[in-house]
Amino acid sequence: MSLKTFPKGGVHPEENKLSANAAIEIIEPQEKGLYAIPVSQHIGAPAKVVVKKNDVVKVGTLLAQSGGFVSANIHSSVSGKVKKIDVVTDSSGYKREAVIIQADGEDAWEESIVRSEELISEITASADEIKKKVSEFGIVGLGGATFPAHVKLAVPDGEKAEYLMINGVECEPYLTSDHRMMLEKGEEIMVGIRILMKALGVSKAMIGIENNKPDAIANMEKIASKYEGISVHPLKVQYPQGGEKQLIAALIGREVPSGKLPIHVGCVVQNVGTAFAVYEAIQKNKPMLERVVTLTGKSVANPGNYMVRMGTPIEQLVAKSGGLPEDTGKIISGGPMMGKAIASTEVPVTKGTSGVLIMKQDESKRGEMNPCIRCAKCVSVCPAGLEPFLLMTLGEKRLWERAEQEDTMDCIECGSCSFVCPSDRPLLDYIRLDKSKVIENRRKNSSK
Amino acid sequence: MSAVLIYTILTAVIIAVVFAVVLYFASVKFKVVENPLIGEVEEVLPATNCGGCGYPGCRPFAEATTKADNLDNLYCTVGGNETMKQVASILGLEAVEKDRVISVLRCNGTEAMRPHTNEFDGASNCTVASSLYSGETGCSYGCVGLGECVDVCDFDALHMDPVTGLPVVNEDNCTACNACVVACPKDLFELRSIGKGKKNLRIYVACMNEEKGNVAKKACEAACIGCSKCVKVCPADAITVENSLAYIDYELCTSCRKCVYECPTDAILDINFPPRKAENPNKKPAKKPAAKKVVKAVEAPELDLTKMVKEEPKAKKEVSKDAPAFVKESVKKEELKAESSKLKGDEAKPKAKSQEPKANKEPKADKKGDDNLETSKE
Amino acid sequence: MKLTLSPSPHIHSGNSMTKVMWTVVIAMLPALLVSVYYFGLGAIKVTAVAVAASVFFEWAITKYLLQKDNTIMDGSAIITGMLLAFNLPSNLPISIIIIGALVAIGIGKMSFGGLGNNPFNPALVGRVFLLISFPVHMTSWPVPEVMNFAIDATTGATPLGVMGEGLRNGETVSQIMDKLPTLLDMATGAIGGSLGEVSAIALILGGLYMLWKKVITWHIPVSMLLSAAVLSGILNLVNPDIYAGPGFHLLTGGMLLGAIFMATDMVTSPMTPKGQIFFGVGIGLLTIIIRTWGAYPEGVSFAILLMNGWTPLINRYMKPKRFGK
Repeated sequence: MSLKTFPKGGVHPEENKLSANAAIEIIEPQEKGLYAIPVSQHIGAPAKVVVKKNDVVKVGTLLAQSGGFVSANIHSSVSGKVKKIDVVTDSSGYKREAVIIQADGEDAWEESIVRSEELISEITASADEIKKKVSEFGIVGLGGATFPAHVKLAVPDGEKAEYLMINGVECEPYLTSDHRMMLEKGEEIMVGIRILMKALGVSKAMIGIENNKPDAIANMEKIASKYEGISVHPLKVQYPQGGEKQLIAALIGREVPSGKLPIHVGCVVQNVGTAFAVYEAIQKNKPMLERVVTLTGKSVANPGNYMVRMGTPIEQLVAKSGGLPEDTGKIISGGPMMGKAIASTEVPVTKGTSGVLIMKQDESKRGEMNPCIRCAKCVSVCPAGLEPFLLMTLGEKRLWERAEQEDTMDCIECGSCSFVCPSDRPLLDYIRLDKSKVIENRRKNSSK
Repeated sequence: MSAVLIYTILTAVIIAVVFAVVLYFASVKFKVVENPLIGEVEEVLPATNCGGCGYPGCRPFAEATTKADNLDNLYCTVGGNETMKQVASILGLEAVEKDRVISVLRCNGTEAMRPHTNEFDGASNCTVASSLYSGETGCSYGCVGLGECVDVCDFDALHMDPVTGLPVVNEDNCTACNACVVACPKDLFELRSIGKGKKNLRIYVACMNEEKGNVAKKACEAACIGCSKCVKVCPADAITVENSLAYIDYELCTSCRKCVYECPTDAILDINFPPRKAENPNKKPAKKPAAKKVVKAVEAPELDLTKMVKEEPKAKKEVSKDAPAFVKESVKKEELKAESSKLKGDEAKPKAKSQEPKANKEPKADKKGDDNLETSKE
Repeated sequence: MKLTLSPSPHIHSGNSMTKVMWTVVIAMLPALLVSVYYFGLGAIKVTAVAVAASVFFEWAITKYLLQKDNTIMDGSAIITGMLLAFNLPSNLPISIIIIGALVAIGIGKMSFGGLGNNPFNPALVGRVFLLISFPVHMTSWPVPEVMNFAIDATTGATPLGVMGEGLRNGETVSQIMDKLPTLLDMATGAIGGSLGEVSAIALILGGLYMLWKKVITWHIPVSMLLSAAVLSGILNLVNPDIYAGPGFHLLTGGMLLGAIFMATDMVTSPMTPKGQIFFGVGIGLLTIIIRTWGAYPEGVSFAILLMNGWTPLINRYMKPKRFGK
């Protein structure tokens, strides 16, 4: 039986799912700990702070209001007092505005939030109420891109949603948070999926899971069999299977046109973690204030998966897994193919932190760059059908217009090209440079 | 002479004549009619095609001059006043004279003054490095040091100094074509007037860091801390401080150098001036405080200690929240600072560095998301 | 602790240029061993001189003319030297080999900017230069004698040469084929020819190894050989007396050496499968055309060089299919 997969390209890095068997552990907020909650944990405009210094907040209190349509609310994940509103270095390496809260150790939650763990599978909210709540509770995509979920649920005029795709692929090596969620919170995720189906008005949902998680596939198939219209599809283990466009092409064979959104081919894609958050938002009135983060790495003593509150310094996760190893060369927020290297463990966990990967020094450095030998490996692995070697040369020579003509904006930044290059060329670095310059030029031209 | 030879020569001559006639008629019939002035103006231009004038080459600039009523907005910085005088005389317009400007690097975060807290291992391009990270030091406004400016300079006026890690402007070669200003992702370069004299004197604040003084200073010894002492001393009101960063308006500056002496972090650089006097001429009763210091040292040494003790914890607090926690080179820093303060003169003391990216740089990342509305995969 | 910051991706497949180069060298070993078996000392001499000269010239040019760091450690000069040697007869004088290496490395590779920048296959540039400049030396082929370590070997013509000569004299194909070694001999290598081209089996072994290691893809060799077979097959059907059949054409001359090692050179071949097939078909057809109607009995080198010239155009117009377009 050949598994479904996307039409071209892709690579198969070593899976290294070291923490696949580690059950999710909950990390409670520390008494007297300082929690820095950035106001921009999503794609789009940063949220605007609505609290002041010395305000008392509870778990779930609104801290910052969405700054536009493509934006999201930020809620407090601990109870305590607002110490100050200042800038902190987050995973981007830059200082961003954050609300810094001194936790009081009481862990007092807002009254409206239902604290019990009981499964509520009956969906009483209407489609509009669902969309409103998703927006109100700051739900963003937990796959790593942090795209505000309510924007995806707002189907534009002229488009119709046919399928809800649920991304349980987790194609990045090392990361296992989605895997554990599907094993341990499968029922809740399924209710979340049904809630999303109701909000979109679709009758078909397809859950894509990579074939290296047979237990998750079995569990989800068992739960999905109780409901109509929800099907589970094992997919070939190929990176970037979890890319939105690749997932749609793999599941139903439709290619999202360049520059357009998945809704254009009738699909809305959401991560399993997001589905769980939607369940908690609609059924338990709980805003997005915690998530599962995988802490892993070959040198880590006890790789694990932790449910942590947003704003927790990564230091706490590291300590839980056995401390920062001596020979650490790089700390990555996210997976090894698309994650960002961070400069210290004081960086807070945000909605986009899917994992923390500790790399040893001998695996942290790139090889020395050599000239391009035109082996065409990068062309053969690019899932978007681009020519990375050409885009890098255009970037080096600062020929941005030509790069735009060569479709550099179609790049999904998966990193497969740099991964396979035998000459160790920093292909993706220059492609990102091309993209940023093209955007800058477009902005300049449109303002003329 | 043999017949073959005669025929060969004859054939060659006939072919040559035929082609000459054809080419003559072609040059007459297909002649491009254009304003002859364009060609004349182009002759006197420097033919570097650098784009500094705002036109994509010297010929388009020449065309623009022939179409313009006046030369107010048309100036070739590479050629300078002499070239523009010639252009003006060809066109019969009034020549516009401008002061010569030179590019300056508004950062003095050398290796010694601004310790590295981490290592960058990506493509060797400043825009790539700064778009993803704040840099290898605690200051995210400062020079990244990968030499994109050197690559874009057509006039060989920039090269990286291996000791300081900063680019150095060669004032003889710099033509103020603006390429480095556009290229630098941290906007560190500025074209500043060097006055009418021949010494190419310039004074500027070599720092772009807009963070609060204590944060800026923690990352770089030569940072501008926004204390505004320079503002108070300036007799021409040329200095303004905004967002904890001072800026000297070169139009108003009289080059008196009072600010240079006043600055506590030596963030203001004076290039090509004679060596500074040992004592600050702004403060006349300078000797008394020195004497008091001696007395203090003898009578109450504890005071000095508490000062030192107070400073360190502050350092630690800042480190834990804002700057990365790996600044272990304080000892090295002090040694190097002692050494560099011995070298007075034109070699500027390491000064201000920039720390964070400007506010308008950051949101680009967010807006990128807006433009694409692409969600990434996981 | 000073951490490293770099943009993603943070892992690498482990591919490296050195690995690619070594794979190609190992793939060439069977053919090298066969050439030593049949041509003896001559084979060893030619190979050693060609490789040494190529490496030397690359070192000297990078150090004294270009004043850059030397690049001989990437192994590409060794491969160029070996491929050049495979294209030469084993009795070529040393001075001519050195000139060939100088042209191959100096003109064919370094003048364009070094590794990765040359539009033409350097070994073929060297070989064609020698063929045109020293036609007599380059076309007097030693007769293969097993383990012949004598200095003066007897010389004879290659099967292609015999075929060409014979057709000009008016003989029919079948008459000529009777004079030639059997097809089996051609496959194993007991025929006259340059060092690397004689043994089809050794070359195919090398090709399969490179395919397995994913250093080359099947598109170019298969399209080249198929198109050559088809064209020569059609011609042979039309007039079997004057046009030799596909079996003959595929096993003689540099056809297999060209298909497996020369045309598949990464730097000079197109980057997409579609482009590679077009490229391979072009070479196959051109080779048969030159062999049949051209002045030279051997057409592979010229065909490959001509199609190398087409590669930038092929890359420009035969782009991969963009996702979503």
